[in-house]
Amino acid sequence: MKAPGIAQREAFGAALVEMADRHPEMVVLDPDVCSSTRTSLFRAAYPGRFYAMGIAEANAVCAAAGMASCGLVPWVSAFAAFLSCRAADQIRVSVAHTGLPVKLNGSYGGLPSGRGGATHSAIEDLAVMRSMPGMTVLAPADAAEARAMAELAMAIPGPAYLRTMRCELPDLFGPDWRPELGRAVELAPGRDLAILAEGMMSARALEAAAILAREGISARVLHFGTIKPFDAEAASRAARDCGLLVTVENHARSGGLGSAACEAVAEASPCRVLRLGFPDAFLESGEDEAIFAKHGLTPGAIAASAKGALRDTEWRDACGSP
Amino acid sequence: MSEQIGVLQGSAGELEARARRLRRLILDTVHRAGMGHTGGSLSEVEILVALYFRVLRNIDPGRPERPDRDRFILSKGHASAGLYAALALRGYFPESLLEGYDELGSPLQAHPDMGRAPGIDISTGSLGQGLSCGVGMALAAQLRPELGGFRTFVLLGDGELQEGQVWEAAEYAGALRLPGIIAVVDCNGVQLSAPTGPSLAPERIADRWRAFGWESSVVAGHDLGALVPALEAARHGAGSGPVALVARTVKGRGVSFMEGRCEWHGKAPNDEEYARAIGEVGG
Repeated sequence: MKAPGIAQREAFGAALVEMADRHPEMVVLDPDVCSSTRTSLFRAAYPGRFYAMGIAEANAVCAAAGMASCGLVPWVSAFAAFLSCRAADQIRVSVAHTGLPVKLNGSYGGLPSGRGGATHSAIEDLAVMRSMPGMTVLAPADAAEARAMAELAMAIPGPAYLRTMRCELPDLFGPDWRPELGRAVELAPGRDLAILAEGMMSARALEAAAILAREGISARVLHFGTIKPFDAEAASRAARDCGLLVTVENHARSGGLGSAACEAVAEASPCRVLRLGFPDAFLESGEDEAIFAKHGLTPGAIAASAKGALRDTEWRDACGSP
Repeated sequence: MSEQIGVLQGSAGELEARARRLRRLILDTVHRAGMGHTGGSLSEVEILVALYFRVLRNIDPGRPERPDRDRFILSKGHASAGLYAALALRGYFPESLLEGYDELGSPLQAHPDMGRAPGIDISTGSLGQGLSCGVGMALAAQLRPELGGFRTFVLLGDGELQEGQVWEAAEYAGALRLPGIIAVVDCNGVQLSAPTGPSLAPERIADRWRAFGWESSVVAGHDLGALVPALEAARHGAGSGPVALVARTVKGRGVSFMEGRCEWHGKAPNDEEYARAIGEVGG
């Protein structure tokens, strides 16, 4: 893995400040986590447009909806675990159902939770957000993409959920990167199998592909920075071209990227899909990397799982069994 | 405020006639649909008449999105039949639209939907969310002077006060002394399956708002002569901080066999009950 770059939370906080003059309608609501999610940068620069909402995510989300109904474009930035679950009904009714332009930043998405353990590890937020009609769900890979996707979220007319990571991440994209909404990005070409990854896992997928390449296996790597709307065409094309998909996500195996990929290819071009992610269980305390390793989410483990699935698929194809 | 479009003049007798008409429209609507929250729609009638025909400023049925209008949120969104009847009476849409209430394709959804019906300032339906939305509107009015310092009225049920989010919003607005927000509690004493009980008696509810930093008082919720000045005073008082008005009401008000009875929380009258009910309410 390359040397760590900037943390997405830093990039997100800086993006808010950068966008503020261009978007005078933009305001920021903080359920008392601004120093963690880095909206403190916005507070320092634009105190009159920053709202300290206290430890009350539900109130913050609905207040944001009320503000949005009056022409403002509010960001609510909170821990992903509590934003997506505690305030799920508020997001569902006051944001998704109304279609108001409330922008949600789920900070501390997935595992890197500042060693918060089970309660703070948001491994179901993508599933919750993906189920909301009209919600755009974004999972940027690095700091540059987090910044660009904050812009993207502002540009779409309705609500959006931007998932950002606490930890420093390797740089995949340069500062001029402009992602396209709903389009997967091919990070590496390949024909034997395709690794579909989201967010911070795309860098690991790329490393896994390099390991596989040394073993003579050609793995395509697709980065899904947009989880919804899902790029079903890219997933289906990979299924047709490669015949085996391996999804990798910093999320439970159910409900997120792996589920979206299965739904897409099952309807268009069925193939085997190996879903890598967290099991149907709560996470626990410990070093982030130790937990990623326990669940087979290091580059080496991803490569090994992909290789095993490829051998299994080839063997089954050779035997002619389904 | 120099301009007061939307404040209709008229005698108290005219307002009372509108209240009778509103009750009749509610009964027509829920009876025709065969569903609806009859009890809680009948208890909010005078509050809606006072607001839509006297108190709300700059509301304009011909221009429901007018930016400087006072906002109204029916946080107890299940009592939509009352709101729709009030909007029809005020001219936002023809009364004939009430005939499609809760039917497929109707703009009048079971719970108010801002994307479908004119005059709905925000969608509601999940109890406890409306006051927070109102707080957001009040914050927007504060941030954007070009909106003319509008007021936001939020109508809550007394049973709804059991939702914790109400008190998140109350705490926030109270601590900030947030201007421009008025909570009105339709304190009809009955929720879906039982009476609300002593902890939700009107005076105790008023005490709660005071404890959260709101100005608060109790008013007779079916007496237009008391309600209109109380709402006007609340609107004025909200210039310097949040105000709560606890309206002492009767569930199912106006129909003897519905009054105070929880079985009329979410039920529509059958043909025979409807005939008796409209005989009692007039309008």
